[in-house]
Amino acid sequence: MNVEYKRKFTAVVTALALVGIGVVLLGRDRVNAAGSGSITGTVKLTGTPPHMRGIDMSKDPYCVKQHENNPAKMENVVVSSDGGLQNVVLYISEGLSAGEVSAVPSEEPTVDQHNCMYSPHVVAMDVSQKFKVTTSDQTTHNIHPLPAPGSGNIGWNKSQPPGAPPIETNWKAPEAISVKCNIHPWMHGWQVVVKGPYAVTDEKGNFTIKNIPPGSYTVTAWQEEYGTQTAKVTVAAGQPGKADFTFKAK
Amino acid sequence: MRTEALHRNAVILAALVAASVTACAQVTEDQQKQWLGTPAASSHIGHLSGNAKAAAGDYRRYCVVCHGELGDGNGESAQWLDPKPRDFTLAVFKCRSTPTGTLPTDQDLYETIARGLDRSNMPPWNTFTTQQRADLVAWIKHYSPRWQTEKPGTPIEIPPEPEVTPGRVKAGRDVFARVQCWKCHGAEGRGNGPSASTLQDDLGRPILPYNFAEGGRFKCGSTDADLYRIFMTGLDGTPMPSFADNIKPEEAWDLVMYLRSLQPFPSKEKAIAKSLGLTPVSTTSTGP
Repeated sequence: MNVEYKRKFTAVVTALALVGIGVVLLGRDRVNAAGSGSITGTVKLTGTPPHMRGIDMSKDPYCVKQHENNPAKMENVVVSSDGGLQNVVLYISEGLSAGEVSAVPSEEPTVDQHNCMYSPHVVAMDVSQKFKVTTSDQTTHNIHPLPAPGSGNIGWNKSQPPGAPPIETNWKAPEAISVKCNIHPWMHGWQVVVKGPYAVTDEKGNFTIKNIPPGSYTVTAWQEEYGTQTAKVTVAAGQPGKADFTFKAK
Repeated sequence: MRTEALHRNAVILAALVAASVTACAQVTEDQQKQWLGTPAASSHIGHLSGNAKAAAGDYRRYCVVCHGELGDGNGESAQWLDPKPRDFTLAVFKCRSTPTGTLPTDQDLYETIARGLDRSNMPPWNTFTTQQRADLVAWIKHYSPRWQTEKPGTPIEIPPEPEVTPGRVKAGRDVFARVQCWKCHGAEGRGNGPSASTLQDDLGRPILPYNFAEGGRFKCGSTDADLYRIFMTGLDGTPMPSFADNIKPEEAWDLVMYLRSLQPFPSKEKAIAKSLGLTPVSTTSTGP
């Protein structure tokens, strides 16, 4: 009797414990899945890429000197030998839950003023995500973002002389913000603000948007000259979604 | 040279695109009517309180011809003017005591109305009573949605002006060289630096840097403190950036003293610069 009772008790406790562990494990699995999915792909340009003009930096001898051996070119359209399009911003325009959209990444994207150019030419960030503007040049720059009126972002204009500390700030609303330096009029770049996870294509046109839970999404690709394109993508557990884009040269 | 001209065209095109975006984002008359009845359409300058509705007549009589019915700077005369009248729907102002990217204080707007803007078509409106000016400040604030959601920035602190000494004037020259004011204003402050010829305002219109050797009044006042404020807050809407992150308050006064020595009038600063034999800063450095 007593032994029987003990055995039953042990069985029940064990079962409960197993269920408990199972719930914890499953739960953890779900959390992992939420962060582990991704969307990868390649952005290509077809047709003859536009000629990127050389830049006359003679206004500032320092800038000229930095480009003695690597002449500077415009960076509006940067294409690899096999057609990969660089500096395209990819983000999820539909399908994310409100919580996933409002989560702000903790890492800080950086744009550096290097050899009188913006490096990178296009920097992407989440709404409210902190980012940095640094300078490694021995010439004074001014950083002058020009958000559109009514966009929800407010422009500013700050100097960065040689050795200046980084500017650390964020933007409040999604927008592709044009940035310029008035001192060096050829310097033009983009700070692209999006809601939720994003990626920017590398020099081969490849990208990976990380931290996407399984589900169906619309991915938008933005390029400064060619505008936007969208694609439907499904992300399954343990299997990244795939989205390739092709822009046509004008 | 050709590249530069082409690039300038590209920039002008970009500016036109930006301008058309502006037109799309324009606020409507109905919205402005609604904002006229909000607490934001008021002003407080010292003991004065301004009421927007009380300024309707004055605005129509004195301001509308340049600044326009909707306050967008597109009045009948605007096409003949350069620089262009301010577009109040953007609420971006040159003369502020507040940091770059923030709204000015009521006091800032009040002083701009009273002072006018030199080298532009905005005269000093010192024929108005102080109450009329306060009411007009309130009126200006009913044109832009920014006044509905934002507060003016916190005015920058300006420490008391120290005594002019040779050491300070010389130190000011070092600041002028280090932050490279000469890139636009020129080594002698003549407004002819290497970047001067391509400067544009935020709407893509050509704009000139201040010429110290000409000695005219600054856009935002004529005192030493006004000069201090100009380079620490920047002139929003123009290429003139804020130097607040890169010039310490002590150094800022040094720079004010050196800048004074570049102006043509007799001054203690100018006499010191002469006796020290200060030469224009070098503009040839190409870095390490």
